[in-house]
Amino acid sequence: MRFLITLIASSLLVGGLFLFGTKLLNNTSSSETDVLFVYNWGEYIDPELIKQFTEETGIRVVYETFDSNEAMLVKIKQKQRYDVVFPSEYTVEKMKKDNLLLPIDPDKIPNIKNIDERFLGLSFDPGNEYSLPYFWGTVGILYNPETTTGMDFSTWDSVWDESLLNDVLLLDGARETIGFVLNSEGHSLNSTNKEELDQAKQKLEKLSPNVRGIVGDEIASMMKENEAKVAVVWSGMAMDIMYENEDLIYTIPQEGTNLWFDTMAIPSSAKNIDGAHQFINFLLDKNVALQNTDWVGYATPNQAAFKELDEEVKNAKEFYPDKETMEKLEVYRDLGPEWTEYYNELLLEFKMSLD
Amino acid sequence: MKRVLALPYLLWMVVFVILPVFLMIYYSFNDMSGNLTLQNYAEFLSSNYIKMTLNSFWYAFLITVITLIVSYPLALVISRLKHKTFWLLIIIIPTWINILLKTYAFIGILGINGILNSVLEKFGLMKIQLLFSDFAFITVAVYIFIPFMVLPIFNSINGINKNLIWASYDLGASKWEALTKVIIPLSLEGVKSGIQITFIPALSLFMLSRLVAGNKVVTLGTAIEQQFLTNENWGMGSTVGVFLILFMVFVMLVTRTKKESI
Repeated sequence: MRFLITLIASSLLVGGLFLFGTKLLNNTSSSETDVLFVYNWGEYIDPELIKQFTEETGIRVVYETFDSNEAMLVKIKQKQRYDVVFPSEYTVEKMKKDNLLLPIDPDKIPNIKNIDERFLGLSFDPGNEYSLPYFWGTVGILYNPETTTGMDFSTWDSVWDESLLNDVLLLDGARETIGFVLNSEGHSLNSTNKEELDQAKQKLEKLSPNVRGIVGDEIASMMKENEAKVAVVWSGMAMDIMYENEDLIYTIPQEGTNLWFDTMAIPSSAKNIDGAHQFINFLLDKNVALQNTDWVGYATPNQAAFKELDEEVKNAKEFYPDKETMEKLEVYRDLGPEWTEYYNELLLEFKMSLD
Repeated sequence: MKRVLALPYLLWMVVFVILPVFLMIYYSFNDMSGNLTLQNYAEFLSSNYIKMTLNSFWYAFLITVITLIVSYPLALVISRLKHKTFWLLIIIIPTWINILLKTYAFIGILGINGILNSVLEKFGLMKIQLLFSDFAFITVAVYIFIPFMVLPIFNSINGINKNLIWASYDLGASKWEALTKVIIPLSLEGVKSGIQITFIPALSLFMLSRLVAGNKVVTLGTAIEQQFLTNENWGMGSTVGVFLILFMVFVMLVTRTKKESI
């Protein structure tokens, strides 16, 4: 009996010590400025660059990853310490409203000059008070020309083609999926017009015979294996897939599509604000951005780095669209909780209508 | 003395079972801005969620029935074998492997260029799209639940006093009659536990419905995931969770054993 009590008491003690210990450890490091907590999407930075940053500045980087803006938001709201985060544009807007971001001091980031002006002062953060662009891209159609003979997917409507029965993969995101249907009808993908949205839903339902599945990252492995003929994907994901399956082609339909940005920002839970500025400035450096773009594969807003890219990459119109196409692209706005929920409700209803 | 020993367990129960359940019930009465409301319950009882619930129930029912049909004879056969523990171990080993890993393995097996299709092709048959269908969803779910169904059934069959079976033969029962009149009624407890362990988790298999059914099968789990991670509507997510608990209580009541009901 006594043994049992000792066992329980000691395990509680050890557990408590661990809990306390890690807290203590976190606290000591958080008060110091030689550590930087970075919270980024998975596979979204060249790990070598983190080492290089530490060598150059002596700041140790604690690197963590998330897989959705919403998951990241939850942690920031709970005041978990991060010094640099990488929210997408509509999340920047939301975080600004909820006072979850700290202003960026442009004087501490001389490398701002490297950013292409087209990507500064955008609607989600005019004046770039709280965010600077990290990578950008589009939503488009990835298809296999061998199995979809004769189709060039120059319009969104081609996805509805009868020949694609059970062969179209969609992204499991309400904004993406409802968005391209709105685009196909010539509406804004930020529409908050019930009539337009209900019309989009009806049109989406007509797509159901063609829909193979509504998934996320699994699209990559499925398209690599030619499991489906067509997928609606993000440009970066497409680039990644095309690297392994060279038969595939990515295209932006002429009606236009979504232009998205992932940004660098400093959350309200940051402690090492100086270090955060240094890190952002480091990532905007020409050579660093060049190396990072090579590694990540998404389109860089860093003009200085862009100029140094391989001709082949630079001229790939589908990933760095020309001016004419760019004008048709639209950035997501934060629609507020009610409309966000309505979009998600429409997608859920669509999923339920699939057999 | 006894009380002191019970304390850690009591603490465990409060912190990890009772508190979370109450927290969930509390959240279920909250709207998105944190005001108290009954709105979530009204919404759940609207057509959409009812449809989803019926859908979930239907799939969970199919999965449970098929699992039972596969598992009962299996448990019966194992209980008759010489090296019971060995064969039981063979059935249990797959549960040591993470469910996600097993699911990903099935993506490889069921894919268009997967193992199953290459076998079909070898025999000169057409390739078929197995992945992302109801068929794939139910197959994988049944595969995952079989060990959990076999184990309690095996235990109860194994616990039957052999003399009872011999006695039935002595009284002129055929093998079939011995099975239906003695073995099955005496192993019903195991079947009930098996159903409980299978049915409830089968109501909310959101990972499976996404990975092998391509979200074409929508279960209550899908709704919870979406409410928490995409809509950030914890209230609605909790409400769905509360209903899952209610369904569980209902299933427990239906399948409750006689001993407990006294």
